[in-house]
Amino acid sequence: MRPENGETSVGDIQTRQSLAGAAMAVMQRDLRLALRRSGDTLQPLGFFVVVTTLFPLALDPQLSLLRDIAPAALWVGALLSSLLALDLLFREDAQDGTLEQLALCGVPFAGLLVAKTAVHWLMTGLPLVLVAPLAATALGAPIAAVPGIIAALLLGTVALSLIGAVGAGLTMGMKRNGSLLALLVLPLVAPVLIFGARATALAIAGESVAAPLYLLGAMAVLAATLTPWAVAAAVRIGLE
Amino acid sequence: MAWVWFHRFGSPPHFYRLAKRLTPWFGWSALLLCVAGLIGGLVLAPPDFRQGDGFRIIYVHAPDAWLSEMVYVTMAVSAAVGLIWRMNVGHAVAAGCATIGASFTVVALATGMLWGRPMWGTYWEWDPRLTSELLLLFLYLGYMGLRSGFDDVGRADRASAVLAIVGVVNVPIIHYSVVWWNSLHQAASVMKLGRPNMPASMLVPLLMMLAGFMCYFFTLLLIRARGEILLRERTAHWIAAVLGTAPEDPPEYGGPSPEHPASRGPLPPSSLAHRV
Amino acid sequence: MNELTADNLHLWRGEQHVLRGISFHLAGGQCLQVTGPNGAGKTTLLRALCGLVPLETGVVRWCGRDVAADLIAYHSQIDYLAHDNGLKADLSAAENLRFAARLRGRLQPDEISAALARTGITDASEVLLRRLSAGQRRRVALARLLLTGGALWVLDEPGANLDQRGQALLSELIEAHLAGGGSAVVATHHDLQLPPTQLLSLALQ
Repeated sequence: MRPENGETSVGDIQTRQSLAGAAMAVMQRDLRLALRRSGDTLQPLGFFVVVTTLFPLALDPQLSLLRDIAPAALWVGALLSSLLALDLLFREDAQDGTLEQLALCGVPFAGLLVAKTAVHWLMTGLPLVLVAPLAATALGAPIAAVPGIIAALLLGTVALSLIGAVGAGLTMGMKRNGSLLALLVLPLVAPVLIFGARATALAIAGESVAAPLYLLGAMAVLAATLTPWAVAAAVRIGLE
Repeated sequence: MAWVWFHRFGSPPHFYRLAKRLTPWFGWSALLLCVAGLIGGLVLAPPDFRQGDGFRIIYVHAPDAWLSEMVYVTMAVSAAVGLIWRMNVGHAVAAGCATIGASFTVVALATGMLWGRPMWGTYWEWDPRLTSELLLLFLYLGYMGLRSGFDDVGRADRASAVLAIVGVVNVPIIHYSVVWWNSLHQAASVMKLGRPNMPASMLVPLLMMLAGFMCYFFTLLLIRARGEILLRERTAHWIAAVLGTAPEDPPEYGGPSPEHPASRGPLPPSSLAHRV
Repeated sequence: MNELTADNLHLWRGEQHVLRGISFHLAGGQCLQVTGPNGAGKTTLLRALCGLVPLETGVVRWCGRDVAADLIAYHSQIDYLAHDNGLKADLSAAENLRFAARLRGRLQPDEISAALARTGITDASEVLLRRLSAGQRRRVALARLLLTGGALWVLDEPGANLDQRGQALLSELIEAHLAGGGSAVVATHHDLQLPPTQLLSLALQ
């Protein structure tokens, strides 16, 4: 136990924990928790697979036709499954009081929230990126399109997670109602959808995907720069 | 000097009185400008050589579309002011803007569809202007939905301010993405009338309608903002002087509460930077 | 040193004027006991002192400095125990404490087992928290407080779910903390059994 005589006296600049150390601690804990409840964590992935399977069922299953709608099916599926996954991001931590402990630990809150979002992406976005090539080939995409599809989804899911985190923070305290979160987040990620689907379509057609990928990358960087402030502000309001 | 002006403007009783005085001026200007613009546009301007008389709907469509975007920016800026300087007036103005902006967007979409019918043969084509308007409508609906999700007005104000700021950064990105997306797919757009080449007889009524709509927006905004301020300042003593009634007793706790501190005007910029 | 002063705090929650001009001065080694009926605003006051809820007016000062000026520095010196335990149910007690210590950069492995022993959780330290009783979870929360607690403890109903021995343990911990020069703000119905020199009272209506 820490002796308190003299060690917590006034004005002492105590050795404060650095943001990097605290962020690492948060990431390790969140990873451990996500792996312990892998059922919950993998549900959005299952949702993605199911949704992309529904498209052929609703259409004529000729691969040449499916190939045309493949970009749309993949990206709408990715969008919807991200929305589902966003529920996991803050809600439980808000309910058991651990989120406000993070707000009170003497380290910039935005950094810790970005760390949480990063782990969230690792457990929900990255698996989606890895499974997407399978779904894409099932929808008629050629194997040569796979690198382009993976690159586009990689950048796209990062942007989705960051922007979605703002929405998740804003709706944190509300009743479990996914439709407000969708209404808030989907218009804001429309550009990601546009460029991501375009990149996928180009990849399937065998053409260069550089242009939309650059734009997707720019959006991901912009999101990484601007959203931390918004996520921290939103979560603080939710914790009031 | 400008700072003093800013602080006075942000003081709710001062803003309330100013708003009340300015409303009739904006109201009458709106009426005059719109009537003049409509006469100029519907009667005096010559028909377009390609679209005949069908183009005249631009006199209602263009101001609505332009204003729907301007109102969003106004909403975001005043919400930001309310958030950073903790001014109730900023939040009241932002709250007032939301429904007005959403209405302008709906009318812009409706007039756009009416315009499209004789031109394209269908009511809807995914042209960049209409698609941007549709996404803007969703942004407004999201803002209003978020507000209604909070019971506490203060929290609703702050949360929707964050959303509005994120949205306003995003609006140019959305707009250009949609334009780019549309250019790929060759959907014809007849909504442009080659504005730089528009003859004065067409342009002048359009500008008058634009100015008239802006005055109309300010009229509505000032009325709504006054209502929103009353809502937020219910227990303040200056309300009594304005309305000639006693200030509302705060419920359940009995007895008058001291003057609501917010009526003293804006606080210095909050330690927003420190909180993050 | 380690003084907490509140100066005319006002807070509205919606239309309710919850905190009306709260002022107090708490010196180092003293404990402020906040009492009042349900809904009087005890939790709100404690959260406002932590900086979680924005105040309409009024200043909170820690060691003479306005906390709003450097909230992060203030947070590194306080510890807040809410109604809920602030612990993850899917981690064990030891894992929770290890995380809490690392979060604040105070990881000393032997301190963790010492903290658990002090609060009587040694044999349950590797069990997932969701399998422990409410009282045991509260004890783990107290162990966390011991481990990472700074100069100011802000405790909201710390005795909730604790049995008699748990209450006694709580009193001992608070006394030891005060004896070491720390301060505490505690919202509780229970008698804290502290000498009058160390105890301030604040009753909210």
